[in-house]
Amino acid sequence: MVDEDPTAAGVLLTMRGIVKQFPGARALDGVDLEIRAGEVHCLLGQNGAGKSTLIKVLAGAHQPDEGEILLDGAPVRIGGPVQALRLGVATMYQELDVVDGLSVAENVFLGHELASGGFSQRRAATARTRSLLARLGHADLSPHREVGRLSAAGKQVVSMARALSHDARVIVMDEPSAVLDAEEVANLFRVVRDLTAQGVAVVYISHRLEEIRQIGDRITVLKDGRTVASGLPVATTSTDELIRLMTGRSVEYAIPRRPPVADDAATVLHVEGLALRGAFEGVSFDVRAGEVVGLAGLVGSGRSEILETVFGARRASAGTVSVDGTELRAGSVGAAVRAGIGLCPEERKSQGLLLDEPVYRNITLSTFARTATAGFLDEPAERRVADEQVQALDVRPADPGRAARTLSGGNQQKVLLARWLVHGCRVLLLDEPTRGVDVGARAEIYALVARLAASGVAVVVVSSEIEEVLGLADRVLVVSEGRVVHEGPASQIDEHRVLDLVMEGSAA
Amino acid sequence: MSEQDVRAQVPAADESARVEDEARTGARRGVLHGATGRNLGLVIALVLLCAVGVATAGDRFVSTSNILTILRLAAVIGVLSIGMTFVITGGGIDLSVGSVLGLASVWASTVATQTMAKDTHWVVMVGCALLVGVAAGLVNGVLIAYGKVVAFIATLAMMVSARGLAEIIANRQTQVVSVQGFLDFFRADVLGVPMLVWIFAVVAVAGWVVLNRTTFGRRTIAVGGNPEAARLAGIDVRRHTMYLYALAGLTAGIGAVMMLGRTTAGSSTNGMYYELDAIAAVVVGGTLLSGGRGTIVGTVLGVLIFSTLTNVFTQNNLSISAQAVAKGVIIVAAVLLQQRIAERSRAGT
Repeated sequence: MVDEDPTAAGVLLTMRGIVKQFPGARALDGVDLEIRAGEVHCLLGQNGAGKSTLIKVLAGAHQPDEGEILLDGAPVRIGGPVQALRLGVATMYQELDVVDGLSVAENVFLGHELASGGFSQRRAATARTRSLLARLGHADLSPHREVGRLSAAGKQVVSMARALSHDARVIVMDEPSAVLDAEEVANLFRVVRDLTAQGVAVVYISHRLEEIRQIGDRITVLKDGRTVASGLPVATTSTDELIRLMTGRSVEYAIPRRPPVADDAATVLHVEGLALRGAFEGVSFDVRAGEVVGLAGLVGSGRSEILETVFGARRASAGTVSVDGTELRAGSVGAAVRAGIGLCPEERKSQGLLLDEPVYRNITLSTFARTATAGFLDEPAERRVADEQVQALDVRPADPGRAARTLSGGNQQKVLLARWLVHGCRVLLLDEPTRGVDVGARAEIYALVARLAASGVAVVVVSSEIEEVLGLADRVLVVSEGRVVHEGPASQIDEHRVLDLVMEGSAA
Repeated sequence: MSEQDVRAQVPAADESARVEDEARTGARRGVLHGATGRNLGLVIALVLLCAVGVATAGDRFVSTSNILTILRLAAVIGVLSIGMTFVITGGGIDLSVGSVLGLASVWASTVATQTMAKDTHWVVMVGCALLVGVAAGLVNGVLIAYGKVVAFIATLAMMVSARGLAEIIANRQTQVVSVQGFLDFFRADVLGVPMLVWIFAVVAVAGWVVLNRTTFGRRTIAVGGNPEAARLAGIDVRRHTMYLYALAGLTAGIGAVMMLGRTTAGSSTNGMYYELDAIAAVVVGGTLLSGGRGTIVGTVLGVLIFSTLTNVFTQNNLSISAQAVAKGVIIVAAVLLQQRIAERSRAGT
């Protein structure tokens, strides 16, 4: 299915029939990829489609079992990360691979330190780092700054500067926008365009189709370790077509409509004058039974902190949280959980799951004591309860005994939702519920949120994707610089207005 | 059959082959990489050690009295290791159990305690030792869970100061136990097996049940595996952490009672370096030092391996120094093996 375009003179790198076998799983099963100089080539596919494995092959972290890689038409062997960099292939991983304790310049030249006779040439490194940062539009970033003190966006700039320091001809970016807010994404795109104008090819991986529309030139779609379409021009390929290729079925990439909340619905969650020193202040809002309230704002605006403080995971410096009229003890997750609040945290793996424990124990993590008798666990009951949820939420693979680590992002999110469904919560707080979740599972999560609301649960959603917040929520709170700058029905506001409000808020 | 159907079938056949393939490697992984597989490895190591024992010491090694000696040798450290398994599974470490054992043995055998025991019942001595153990464990737990002191440092401080306190109380003297009821009970044989071995067995079984079958055990695994996830699921991580150190202290108290029974004397040097033997047994047994996975069966096997090793060396008149070297090699080999297993089970994801 590789397009044999005879005019493809600018072909820089070709991968043909790449196969990678892991014990028990064939991660790549014949992948073809063709990258031209100066293009942004988007790699699409659901979680588990083989994207990560493919870029690890490109980066030299994995050796393919079959297939060939051609650079400038000549076959090459990428034996390791060092060799990949020498060939001009640099990779920016999703988990930013920077060393927190080192400075910006030290990180940029990590592994290829500028040195003469064993002594590092710090001045030269600083100067070159400064020019690389300037090229990336971040001349304000000091090369001496400790990387651990930078934001995720800052770390990404460092990672990109490192890629450039290798004179890379192909830069692979694995979900670079996942940790960025709208403004930072715009800056990232500017840098990407700048790079491609200089003839660098960018392999861009993202779950956000809108982004691919904005930045991409051509698309290769992976499914189950195979290339199902390659070299599709972004401009002329419809979203429906892409979703169909990725999922192998047609999914409506839409958020289900819900009837308006009943006028007489009781207030479940009442937040009054909540503040957390250094993060946000004066936050008050109510959520009624069956209502979905969205918190929109940029990364760092305080939206995640608001959720965590409502949940008691952080101790509020002022204000109160009440559920059904009963005020909760401040800073106590236990009290919040007992009152029926559940939180699906932003970082699923580090904050939500016991990765090496089976799915069913993850689902019953907040309820195992309830099914226990005199402290003795009732594992069959736990398995039964978990199995029902696995069936109901269509967790795949449908095996509650499997380690949570082996599930894709979307299915891990379902496991977390299942945990609170089993708990039977009154208030559900969702922080970035669809980050790193593929399109198919996204639709399922939207439907689930709608169903929960319909059953009378009060839901609060935080998301970087403004469209998602607006689509899911009945009412939206726009948060900027730790303050709520707007509150109103989601139907009466659009993405641009939200961004305007955010900008005004941060200007004030 | 339409073309569509044919196309649909090909990947289906492929899929089933893949699933089968996965099932096969999964089954293989089940035997070699699961908890049973790890324990099987330990059993094999133990059997090999015994074979060496039989080959070099013959009847001296196989005799009932020698086997009971091995078990008696294993009992005290075995009890400490059960507590240590909980602490390590819960993501912590306790360097103080050996010293706390010493302190508890001294406190339970002072003239005052023994006089009181003679006036009332020898159980007073047991209660005293357990109380001292739990109290010291609680101090560790409060410092670590609520004072946010790193476990290594907090228990290191306890290790040093508990030993010091024991020396002060005992005035560096050996305190001979003269409460006959106490000695009669703990030096007795039941069904031909020494009381100390019975205690170890009971503690081990109780430990297995608690770790695998109770909410306490589940919380331990959750707290050790991912404390943040446990906290956000509504588990009181700090309180549970405190309980874990109290539990380790309790096993130190039990160990002190056993020690008093075995040596008939309380001494501030009792239990010296036992914490290291306990940690070694736990780690060799397959409990993850980083927390989140623990195995009581593995710990028991680890303890037995070390005490059998000691016995085989003693039977062959080899020096304690040579024993130490062999122990070190076993620890490193076990940890290397563990890491390889962990890597392999993650490679597939």
